[in-house]
Amino acid sequence: MDNMRRKVIGTGTAALVAASVPGSLVFAQGAPIKIGMSMPQTGGLGAGGQAALIGIRMWVDDVNAKGGLLGRKVEFIVYDDQSNGANTPGIYTKLLDVDKVDILIAPYATNPTAPIMPLVKERGKLLMGNFSFQVNSKVQHDMWFNNAPWNDARGWSEGFLEAGKNAGAKSLAVFAADAEFQQNLANGAREIAKNSGWNIVYNQNYPGNNTDFSSIIRSVRAARPEAVFVACYPNEAVAIMRSVNEIGIGSQVQIFGGGMVGLQFTPIMQSLGSLLNGVVNFNSYVPGMKFPGIEDFFKRYSERAIAAKVDPLGYYLPPFNYAIGQMIEQAVNATKTIDNKKLAEHMRKTEFNTIVGPISFDKNGERAKPRLVQTQFRNVKDNDLEQFKSPGKQVVVWPAVDKQGDVITPFDRARKAT
Amino acid sequence: MISIDLLFEAVLFGILLGCFYAAVSLGLSVAFGLLDVPYVAHPALLILGSYFTFLLSKTGLDPIICGLLLMPVFYLIGIALYRFYYETFERRSSDTGVRGLAFFFGIAFIIEVCLILVFGVDQRTVSATYIGSSLEIGEYRFPYRMLVAFGIAIFLTTLLTLYFSKTFNGRAIKAVGQDEGALRLMGANPVKIKQLAFGIATAVNALAGAMLIIVGPVEPAMDRIYIGRTFCVVVLAGLGSMSGTLVAGLILGIAESVVMMTLGASWAPAVSFGLLLLMLGIRPQGLFGR
Amino acid sequence: MKYSIYAFLTILAFLGLSLMNVNEYIFFAGFVILQFVVLATAWNILGGYAGYVNFGVPAFIAVGAYSAVVLFKSISAPLVVQIIGGGILAGLLGLMVGLLTLKLRGIFFSIATVAVVFILETVVMNWRYVGGATGLQLTRPPDLWGFDTYTRMLFFVMAVLAVCSVSIARYIQDSFLGRGLRAVRDSEEAAECSGVPTLKIKLIACTISGALMGVAGAPMPMYLSYIEPTATFNLNYSISALGMPIIGGTSHWIGPVIGALLLATIQQIVTVTVSNELNVLVVGVLLVLFVVLAPDGILGLIKKWKQSSK
Repeated sequence: MDNMRRKVIGTGTAALVAASVPGSLVFAQGAPIKIGMSMPQTGGLGAGGQAALIGIRMWVDDVNAKGGLLGRKVEFIVYDDQSNGANTPGIYTKLLDVDKVDILIAPYATNPTAPIMPLVKERGKLLMGNFSFQVNSKVQHDMWFNNAPWNDARGWSEGFLEAGKNAGAKSLAVFAADAEFQQNLANGAREIAKNSGWNIVYNQNYPGNNTDFSSIIRSVRAARPEAVFVACYPNEAVAIMRSVNEIGIGSQVQIFGGGMVGLQFTPIMQSLGSLLNGVVNFNSYVPGMKFPGIEDFFKRYSERAIAAKVDPLGYYLPPFNYAIGQMIEQAVNATKTIDNKKLAEHMRKTEFNTIVGPISFDKNGERAKPRLVQTQFRNVKDNDLEQFKSPGKQVVVWPAVDKQGDVITPFDRARKAT
Repeated sequence: MISIDLLFEAVLFGILLGCFYAAVSLGLSVAFGLLDVPYVAHPALLILGSYFTFLLSKTGLDPIICGLLLMPVFYLIGIALYRFYYETFERRSSDTGVRGLAFFFGIAFIIEVCLILVFGVDQRTVSATYIGSSLEIGEYRFPYRMLVAFGIAIFLTTLLTLYFSKTFNGRAIKAVGQDEGALRLMGANPVKIKQLAFGIATAVNALAGAMLIIVGPVEPAMDRIYIGRTFCVVVLAGLGSMSGTLVAGLILGIAESVVMMTLGASWAPAVSFGLLLLMLGIRPQGLFGR
Repeated sequence: MKYSIYAFLTILAFLGLSLMNVNEYIFFAGFVILQFVVLATAWNILGGYAGYVNFGVPAFIAVGAYSAVVLFKSISAPLVVQIIGGGILAGLLGLMVGLLTLKLRGIFFSIATVAVVFILETVVMNWRYVGGATGLQLTRPPDLWGFDTYTRMLFFVMAVLAVCSVSIARYIQDSFLGRGLRAVRDSEEAAECSGVPTLKIKLIACTISGALMGVAGAPMPMYLSYIEPTATFNLNYSISALGMPIIGGTSHWIGPVIGALLLATIQQIVTVTVSNELNVLVVGVLLVLFVVLAPDGILGLIKKWKQSSK
């Protein structure tokens, strides 16, 4: 037996040594620049992630058609993290050590991104954020730049709570999943609500994989709130809207929604249909908002998306993911290097021109000038994709600069409004 | 703090939920309770039933019909599984405990991973006219999907109880768990009887799987939480008791519903496993067991 | 005597490897492989020697991991203290679970261990201090013990832990405890009748098994710089930790080592080249194949092959 053991250990060690790759490669002038990330392509965030991915791929193709970056081709490496934060540390370690990626992009959304923040900080790598919320607040990495059009909780809840106040609401119910994004947002909203005189009558967390919201909706209804702020992810959003429709939320509710991720994904909007009516929720882009050049982007995007059988409208994420590419491109061309540190220094002090407007960052790597909107779903019909292409289905109610209409209250009336 | 109204509604919802849990555990009650097979793969087959229902319902059929249509298929699967288990384990060596358990555990994981590979980790749902609306009685709302599941559960439980008490084969199944030798003397082949029982248990799983996807969305990893719920019901009932399964299911359903209402949904997963552990600690033979 | 020389040489070999200029990913993957050596060995002490199938492996791993987190967060405990703390607490859990359920039949013990996983997971999910369901981001301390990177250091630490746990399993196997456990596995009633203190030795085995799993789990928060309950309490650990000894061979301490090295390496290669799920499928399929066709594992196959070639 000892013989056996020696052999096993010996072979094992030899195999490990044989499989090893030398520590550094010599770059040829024509060697490609590798940009890598993991994207949730399946799982709860999958519908959004697949659309976002097309946005990035469009940029990769565009930049390679122009001759690449610094004369070198851009090679894009992407994995599927299945919307599961447990998978991302392994994937990003693989990207850095096995694939030898030069520039990292974060996965779409907060929850898959949170686990890799310490890793990225320790390795001193630049990370291009992708629609996460306050994910850098604890780790404070100085090479983090988030493309999302928000900064902190104020941009989300202020508009929502203001609209509620205008309708005379004084009591607030808050519920959120126990996960990074939802908690960050809900805590922010609670802070603001408390400081502006709201009476919080219901305040609960639920596990992220909860599928049956009957008891929560029932409890919310029993607390008789006049405003209901929800921070949730796509699977939960669908279940919550179905539950609200099944059980009812109470006739005194003026305004419902706030921070529901997933109600911006076209497949979900299509499947929920009229269940969406009346909900006031955040968005990054809806038809009617002015961004120069974006119509052209959507045309090109649609073609690729339809061919890939993915969200054909692509409003929420794809343009912003394309913008990530644009920012990388502009930074690399300006600094003439892919050295992460130099790129980060440049990004800290530059305002970039992108298809979603100008983007500049504050000292935390979040947007210096947020441009988030709150919209209200109105007159949405079931099983109709085309209806979302024109303005009027998602009416912008806040902020004033993008406003398209006033909030219709109470919630029950808004659900039937035309 | 918690109003009586709300509590009452929680209990009512718990009754619906409990009957659903009972129906989902019936198969295990037979396979493990009566036959003593360490059938930890039962919840995985339940989820498999849900996914097959999902596939079949794409043809436009109502999910309940799909479930019924799948029952003969699952019956055959059950027979095959038991036959294999019997030939490989029960017949041969003394080490059956570890190996039998490991075998079914392995099967459960294989089913789960294959589901992930084929369907992905996304949640799947079915649609039907009764899914999405509720019955309004006064201030209370009862979702129709729960009422449908409740109805099927009662139907299945009654059917099985009658089968086991009134028919020769049914009584033979109950007997084979207690005294195989005596059964042989009565002219029945114990192996064939056990096979039949296992087939029935797995067939029930098909309809239970249809119920599961009617009640809510399913994803491949759900078999893990259902290990807790189904084994909790079976252990609480006591091995070998069919009607006990219904009572045990009700206890679990009401407990879970009330906990969700009072402590919050984040404590719900612990209810079934906690009850299970409690039962194992103080009264392992269950409430109605022999 | 010979064994301890081999053990020492193995540790030296791993030390040498950790200092070599090879790809970092080897240490990242190697850590997991060595972790499974510890887990498989630990599982085998109760599962292989005594025949009690522990499905609740993640509960013990998690107790180790979360104890480490608490120690790290509260008193900035160094890694060694985290590991010892994790081991002690996991051992205590093993003792408690044993007291509660070892009087029960095999399958009830197994189901009870699954119950412990979910109950503990629910408790942790509601515990804000360690991050709850959201999870906790952790910054590694700068102390590297002379290694180039923290991952290399953890790799070496896990190698030492692997050698230690295998040594413990070897010691148990040849001792009174081992003989008693084998008697329990063969026929518990007969063992009782011949005066073996079955409950006591089962409890000892459960405690040691649990403690070793906790020790394997304790370095995990530092390894990932992140901890969250769903991944830590994942039942995938169970199928691997029981598959590896069964595939390797449960009767001898080298069985789990062979099973773990072989299977975990395959898993890591599959993860890097194909996908994550296939991992579990590999273990599941191999487990079922071996349980059906080769119940004594690879060791059994080797024995048969040796006998037939004589």
